[in-house]
Amino acid sequence: MRNFIPYTLTSFGAWALAILWISPLVFAFWAAFHYSSDAIHFDLLAPLTFENFRTVWEQAPFPRYMFNTFVLVTGLLISQCVLATLAAFAFARMNFWGGSVAFALVLVQLMVTPEILIVENYATVSALGYADSLVGIGLPYAASAFGIFLLRQSFKSIPKELDDAARMEGCSTLGILWRVYVPLAIPTYLAYGLVSISHHWNNFLWPLVISNSVETRPLTVGLAIFGAPESGVEWSEISAATLISIAPLLIAFLLFQRQFIKSFMASGIK
Amino acid sequence: MRISGNRHILGWLLISPAVILLVTFTHYPSVSSFFSSLFSRGNPIRPSKFVGADQYTAMLEDPVFWTVLENNLIYAAGTIPASIGLALLMAVLVDQMLPGRAFLRLAYFTPTILPMIAVANIWLFFYTPEIGLLDQVLRPLGIDTPNWLGDPSTALWSIIFITIWKEAGFFMIFYLAALQTQSPELKEAAKLEGASAFTFFRRVTFPLLMPTTLFVLVNAVLNSFKLVDHIFILTKGGPNNASSLILYYIYETAFSFFDTPYAAALTIVLLGFLALLAFVQFGLLEKRIHYR
Repeated sequence: MRNFIPYTLTSFGAWALAILWISPLVFAFWAAFHYSSDAIHFDLLAPLTFENFRTVWEQAPFPRYMFNTFVLVTGLLISQCVLATLAAFAFARMNFWGGSVAFALVLVQLMVTPEILIVENYATVSALGYADSLVGIGLPYAASAFGIFLLRQSFKSIPKELDDAARMEGCSTLGILWRVYVPLAIPTYLAYGLVSISHHWNNFLWPLVISNSVETRPLTVGLAIFGAPESGVEWSEISAATLISIAPLLIAFLLFQRQFIKSFMASGIK
Repeated sequence: MRISGNRHILGWLLISPAVILLVTFTHYPSVSSFFSSLFSRGNPIRPSKFVGADQYTAMLEDPVFWTVLENNLIYAAGTIPASIGLALLMAVLVDQMLPGRAFLRLAYFTPTILPMIAVANIWLFFYTPEIGLLDQVLRPLGIDTPNWLGDPSTALWSIIFITIWKEAGFFMIFYLAALQTQSPELKEAAKLEGASAFTFFRRVTFPLLMPTTLFVLVNAVLNSFKLVDHIFILTKGGPNNASSLILYYIYETAFSFFDTPYAAALTIVLLGFLALLAFVQFGLLEKRIHYR
């Protein structure tokens, strides 16, 4: 009985905090389906409407933005996984000359992310001829120190005997990597994939700097331009545009939330 | 062992694609920022020339630089302890068997996965004077509300509040992971000794969470220097630079004022800050942590 009151209080507090935390999103959801005039007055009984979604769809090329983001995120994930797998394998299992120095150099990227260096990176990407292209948005992130680090940890935990056994069977080094290491590290790839997708889906500053046209703009930049005060859109329309932009990620999150949360946990293990 | 002879070459072949990209977009720009910062801003009539430390002395006399630096320190001091504290509270809450625990976790974590740009759009409406939700709730209660984003004294704090909301759930995940690996026997032993829940937390749980706290702290500090997305939507650094941060000032200097050398000098200062912070965090805190 003594435990009852603190328990109720804790539950109440936890719920109050949760409702407070999720209310901005719930409100945006509600506003997107109502006319601006009703949303502004917070009229809960106002009629529902899909008008905002239609206006947004007609006013800005959101399907194109979404396609760009999708291509960007997928392309980046593939290149990050390939490059990180090769490098992580070398760092984990080949005791090569200069390896530890190279690894220390790789880890610097964990502290100094490309967005801090936008000025010089803008010059580099432009000089390479990739300004205003999806390749240009992705290039600075194509090699990920975080991915290399995570996979190296995972490869290190794989027993060396498996390695030797495969070699006895006549497997080449790259064959071992592909047939033994990659399959055993699938949970790590999954965790890394979710973190990478949500990070690049949300990334803004660098894409803003380097993209310049509808053909390359990702969703975040498109949304920022759509919502700018000078474009004179209504609050409910901004809510609808916001929902359109976050819908794929939000739906994926709701479907795979266990996996999502687990993968964020895994990504924290240093 | 076939590979042992070639392993140096093969090792370098395997790491070279990643290393070349990392050098191109992390190490090279860090070094070239330093060299750019030693030159003056060129124009068609006068090409840029070597000026040594002039950019840095100009920075010392630039009032905007000092404002932005102060803002960033306030932003760090405002966001880091609050989001870490809230994260810990959230983790302790959802680590217990509370009704609707799955929903609670979801609610705390959801802001984390949303783009800051989308989130800022939502908050922009809350902060709008007169018609904004915040004013609509507070006015009837007789509270005189400021122009949240338009008033220099509240703009930065309005930004800080959003960051805390966005980040607490992210850090919660790491605390939750750590809490779940703690052995339940510790709690039982403490109960037998008659220790209160609070004493147990202060003397056992919290010290054991120190490695997690260090990890979260490093992330929080990094974020406080590179998170600027919401400023683009909410204030554009205004009014009168009251809510501008270092990275936003770098962006403005380079891409609105086209002063690349000065932006490079600002970048070097930012890099120096990050290096110093990394050094302090790992050097000093490492000693005070009890690893299992």
